[in-house]
Parts: sequence; C-alpha cells; structure tokens
Amino acid sequence: MQDFAQSFVLAGTLVLDADPALVQIVGLSLRVTATALLVSALIGLPLGAVLAIARFPGRGILVVLSNALMGLPPVVVGLCVYMMLSNAGPFGVLKLLYTPTAMIIAQSILITPIIIALTRQVIADLNEDYADTFRSMVVPVHTAIATLLWDARFSLMTVLLAGFGRAIAEVGAVMIVGGNINHVTRVMTTAIALETSKGELALALALGMVLLLIALAVNATASLLKSVEGRFAHA
Amino acid sequence: MSFSKFLASTLFATSVGSAVSSAALAEDFIIVQSTTSTQNSGLLDAILPAFEEKTGIDVRVVAVGTGQALKNAANGDGDVLLVHAKPSEEKFVTDGYGVERFDVMYNDFVLVGPKSDPAGIRGMTDVTSALKKIAETGSVFASRGDDSGTHKKEKALWTLAEVDAAASSGGWYRETGSGMGATLNAASGMDAYALSDRATWLAFENKGNLDILTQGDDRLFNQYGVILVNPEKHANVKAEFGQTFIDWLTGEEGQKAIASFKVNGEQLFFPNAKSSAPN
Amino acid sequence: MPSVVSFPAAHEEALRHKHASPMALRVRHLAYQAGPTPILSGIDLDLTTDALTVLMGPNGAGKSVFLRLIHGLLQPTVGEITWDGQTLTKAIRKQQALVFQKPTLLRRSVRANLQFALGLRSLANRKERLEQALEEASLTDLASRPARVLSGGEQQRLALARALILEPKVLLLDEPTTNLDPASVLMIEQIVRRVRRQGVKVILVTHDQHQAKRLGEEVVFLHKGHVSEHTPATDFFSNPKSDAARAYLGGEILV
Repeated sequence: MQDFAQSFVLAGTLVLDADPALVQIVGLSLRVTATALLVSALIGLPLGAVLAIARFPGRGILVVLSNALMGLPPVVVGLCVYMMLSNAGPFGVLKLLYTPTAMIIAQSILITPIIIALTRQVIADLNEDYADTFRSMVVPVHTAIATLLWDARFSLMTVLLAGFGRAIAEVGAVMIVGGNINHVTRVMTTAIALETSKGELALALALGMVLLLIALAVNATASLLKSVEGRFAHA
Repeated sequence: MSFSKFLASTLFATSVGSAVSSAALAEDFIIVQSTTSTQNSGLLDAILPAFEEKTGIDVRVVAVGTGQALKNAANGDGDVLLVHAKPSEEKFVTDGYGVERFDVMYNDFVLVGPKSDPAGIRGMTDVTSALKKIAETGSVFASRGDDSGTHKKEKALWTLAEVDAAASSGGWYRETGSGMGATLNAASGMDAYALSDRATWLAFENKGNLDILTQGDDRLFNQYGVILVNPEKHANVKAEFGQTFIDWLTGEEGQKAIASFKVNGEQLFFPNAKSSAPN
Repeated sequence: MPSVVSFPAAHEEALRHKHASPMALRVRHLAYQAGPTPILSGIDLDLTTDALTVLMGPNGAGKSVFLRLIHGLLQPTVGEITWDGQTLTKAIRKQQALVFQKPTLLRRSVRANLQFALGLRSLANRKERLEQALEEASLTDLASRPARVLSGGEQQRLALARALILEPKVLLLDEPTTNLDPASVLMIEQIVRRVRRQGVKVILVTHDQHQAKRLGEEVVFLHKGHVSEHTPATDFFSNPKSDAARAYLGGEILV
C-alpha cells in the first residue's frame, strides 16, 4: 500500500520537525488523559482496594457493576456527559461543554471502572497472602489498604497503564463533549478522525503512528521505573 | 525519587498545567455549530483568522452533521449556527430557537460514482433520471444516513425521482450513518455512487476510483444559512459576539473572503448574502 | 473500647511493666468444625504462664487450627477461650504475636518490614528497638535488602523479629523451623529461649521431637481433635501415657 509508506515518511517528518500544530495536539492529548488518569486513580485505587478487602452488603453488586462498566462504550459516555454539561442539561451553568475539562470528565468516567475492577483483582490476590498476618498484627483497615496499594504498586502501574491506554485511544467521547475544536479541544484521536473524513488517509495514519509512539514511550518509561525500583524493594 | 512520587508529581504538573491553560482561555470566544463540509473543505480555517484578527473574538467551530448541529444549538450549546438545510433552519427559527436566518453562500451538490459507471449516468444533467438509473441497475449507492443537510437533500431527491431507496437499505442502498468524508471513503472503498457537496468533494483526498458523474441540475443547489441562537431561550448565548460574526460573514469582508477561498484553483463556495438585510 | 474493661489490678500493673506477668490461657468445651468435618472437639485446657508449651500431634490433629483459635484468627464453633479471664478482643490480640510456618513478609526491605510493625503501635525509642531487633535476629547487614529475596531461614528470623519488636506477652509459633537450615534453626531456638527467659508465654507447634525436647517444658499432645495428653515434657518423652503418643514418638504414622 502506497499510503502506508507515505505515512511512515509523514509520521517521521511530523515528529522530527516538531510540527507546532502536532505538538499542541499531542500536548493536549497527554494533559487531558493524564489528568483523567489522576482523577480515576484517586477514586479507583482506594475504591478497588476497599472492594477487595472489605465485606459489606451490596459489595457483590458493586463488583459486578465495576466489571461490567469496563465495557462502557465511549460514545455512550460522551453522550451522557454531553447531556449533563449541555446548556439544556443540569450542569450547563458550569460552561464546561467543548472544553478540555469536559473531555477529562468523560475520560475519567470511562476509565474509573477499569481502574476499580483491575485494582480490586490485584489487591484481592495480594490480600490473600497478607490477610492472616494483618489480622494477627491487628492492622487497622486504612493501614491495610495503604499497605496493600503500596506493595502492589508495580501491578497497579499496569492497571494505570491500561486505563491510560483506553483513555488516550478513545475518540467517541471526546469528539462529542470536546467538539474537536481546533487549538482548543483537538486531540490525537479526533484529529485522526478529522483527517480520515477529509480523505487524508496518509496523514491520519501518520498521526496514528505518532499516537502509537506516545503509548510506547509511556509504557517504556513505566517499565523502566519498574525495573529500576524493583531492584530495591521487589522480589 | 520513588515511583509514586514521580507519578504524583507528573500527574500533578500535567493537571495544574491543564487548569492553568484553560483558565488562560479568555471569555472572548463564540461557538459555531457548523457542518463537516465547511470544516473539511478548509473554508473556515481559511476565512476565520481575518475575523479573529479584526475583532479579537475567537471562533470555535464544532463541525458535525446538520441534524446534530441543529440539536446542539437547540440545547443552547453554541452561539451561532452555520448549516445548509433551509427548511430545517426555518423551522429552527419558527420554533424560537434562532433569532433570524440569513443566506450566506451556496455551492452545489454533485453525484459522484465509479469511473466504470455501471448505471451509465456520466454527463447527465437531470439528477432524478440519474438516480432512477442507479436504482434500476441496482448499482451500489452510499448514503450519509445521518440526518445531515446532505442526507436531507438526498432523501428529497429520491422522492422527486419517485424511488423508495430506503426500501433497498442493506441491498444496493447503503446507509453509512456517518459524515461526508467517511461516506466518501466508503464509496471509494466499494465503488459506490454518492451525493456530496462540491466543496467536500474537491478537498477530499481519497477520491480513488471516483469521479463526478452528474452535476449542474438546479435541484442540486446547496444554500448555506447562518442563524444567531436565541438568547431569550438560552441566556448564556453570546448574542453580541455572535451577531458581530454574522454581520461580518454576511458583510462585504466575509463575503469577499468566502469568494477568494479556492482549492486547487477552484472556487468552492459562492457568497450570496443579501447585503446583511433580513430576508 | 477494650481498654476501658476493668482489668484486674495485677493485670493493669502488668501492662505497665513489660513482661511482668504473661497471660495464661483457659479453654473450655472448645470445638471447631469446617464444613461437615469436625477438626477439634471437647477441648478443655489450662496453660499457665510459667512453662514453655510444646503442642505436638500427628498431621491433621488440629494443632495449627488450635493455634489460630486461641489467637482469634478463627472463631470456635462452640466453646470459650479466655486469656487472663478476658475474652479474645483486638486489645488481647495486640499483646500476642503469631509466627506462621511460611512467613508472610511485605514486599519491602527488611528494615521496612520492621518499621511497618512499629508503626502499628505507639512505642517509644523506635530507632533503638529497630536496631536491636535487627541485631538480635542477625539481620543488620541485610537491613536494606528486599525481604522476599532472603533465604528461608533469614525470612523466618525476620518474621520472628517482626513479631517480637512489639514486645508481645504471648508468642505463638506454628512450626517455625520446618525446612530451615540447621544454623537458622539454632538461631531461632536461641531467640525463643531468650524471650522465654524474659517471661513471654510461648506456645510452639512442632513436629521435631528433638526441638521439642530442647525447648519444651510441658507438652500438649493433640490426637484426632482431642487433647490426649498434657504433661511436663520430661514425663512425656520418658513415659508417654496414651497409646497414640507412644506410637507417635516411636515414629509410627498415625491418622
């Protein structure tokens, strides 16, 4: 395919030239997704851990729910957030529609269930190992949660990367709530969608390659951190 | 530095960064709900900088199908509506969502199809006959199927041609349910006929085996209109900025800018505002 | 709050002076059942504070379950367990420590494992305690190593050090030296002897008759979920009363 070869060249040129439009789009993509990830992690990590170790009525339902919500279609999330943030909706007064904040909200909603469900599994596995010792030592619940989260941090990093990957790669939600406004809410995926609809397939594919490159860089950084610190504390 | 500290500081920095940058965005902007044709053709990118330069008002374009644009604007999620489906636009105003509708410009629709032209419509100027032939030969036709301005136009043309195309949906009549570009990509991929606005077609880079086969019928005329979203319905509408934009677009400067926008030396849109006087 | 419960005066005194008065165990009509299978039944047992108790018995006799029950990790099906007249509460468990056969260490350094334990209680002189615990377990040189890369013996010493750093009045050991190298076994036995001298009530589950002879002052022999013998260690090894104990000491396989 001629488009593929052309795309490689184009992707290389875009990256090497640090094309200003590209830099802005990449920057916004990273900012939006990193912030969404932060929000989801702050909610999802403790909640997942609580679901893993606490026993309370309704817990089973929450576990099933968080597992099911992992499959939330981005477009549905986008639509719901749009209806909430629309001027005709309940939170219209906040004037958040078509802003990066709206995109952060949508992505957070999209990936929080993933963080919760995967965290719950990781922490439940580790807790199987720790539970007796914690009970014997009379470890308070909040200390137990903090300890499990910390000791599982390398597995949880993979959980966060899964959330990151899902958020940065989705297009349906950010397209609806961000509007793909040039210089304001245009991110990698909506730019790719736009170029595709213009028939600029080579450019669209080149942008896709840049996106892949970013994902690769993020994952490589994470695994580097893992191996460096792993030498000190992990076995 | 530990991993958690690194992660925390990175995330903190990025989130603060985003907060700062969104705070830095001034209030001096309007949101224009528009169609993919104005964006995909590159028209808005070409003419907006002059307006923004002159007035300091940033124009943020949300480019969606006309159906969605109308719906978004009715929800108050935008200040100005720039679309091409005159009956729907007039209803929008009658229903009280818009203040007043102004003509801005026109271009025309073209019937594109594979160079092999299995329906044999090349060179025809009667669009309804051409559509009839497509239906009779059962040649594949890619429809937007998304309630956009182009889709509305296409349905009206099928009605004029007395063909119940929807009845063959899934057969030779394929509804893509997506934008003009995506539909042209689909048509290009399966050698199908399609109705496109000329602007999007000319700027479209993935023509593949497709060509314009039928054009020039008066009924393929495509009028664009601009409407200020009614501030009485939605108090958040920036009526003053929005009106400034409409005045500029329908005024001498805007009309000139539209006329001078060319792709490959070809003019895509033809200004026809009535000197900013109401219809 | 357990601490508001009116402790006997002597006990309150004991809380102030560490190891002054270790706790004594009283078990009545204890039975434990997992599913349809009874594991322990009809157990009455009094353990005083002035002997190191060795808990012996064939596999499946219920030794580990018994240890977990008297520590409160398992709830008895029926029966009553008291320590110094107090039912098992978190406050009581805080004065006890259990070392498992297979130690569960945090995925952290040796030092961090001890610091974690210290962080659970408000104790003075943390730094000194930490260094002393490392010293006593001969782990000072390994302090910054990840706990999970230590050898089995080192891991068990760390588990023991972590148990002892909180100065428990009761130390429960569940086959702590099984499968360890002889040097580590020796080191662990030395530590156990030292805490026993300091007045800690030690209950040791072991299969190793030599270890039982070296450390034990009294023996409780469990067989088929019952206490079949509770005698001074010397009597048990020289003149076991029950057939089961005789067979066990003779190396026969019991069920």
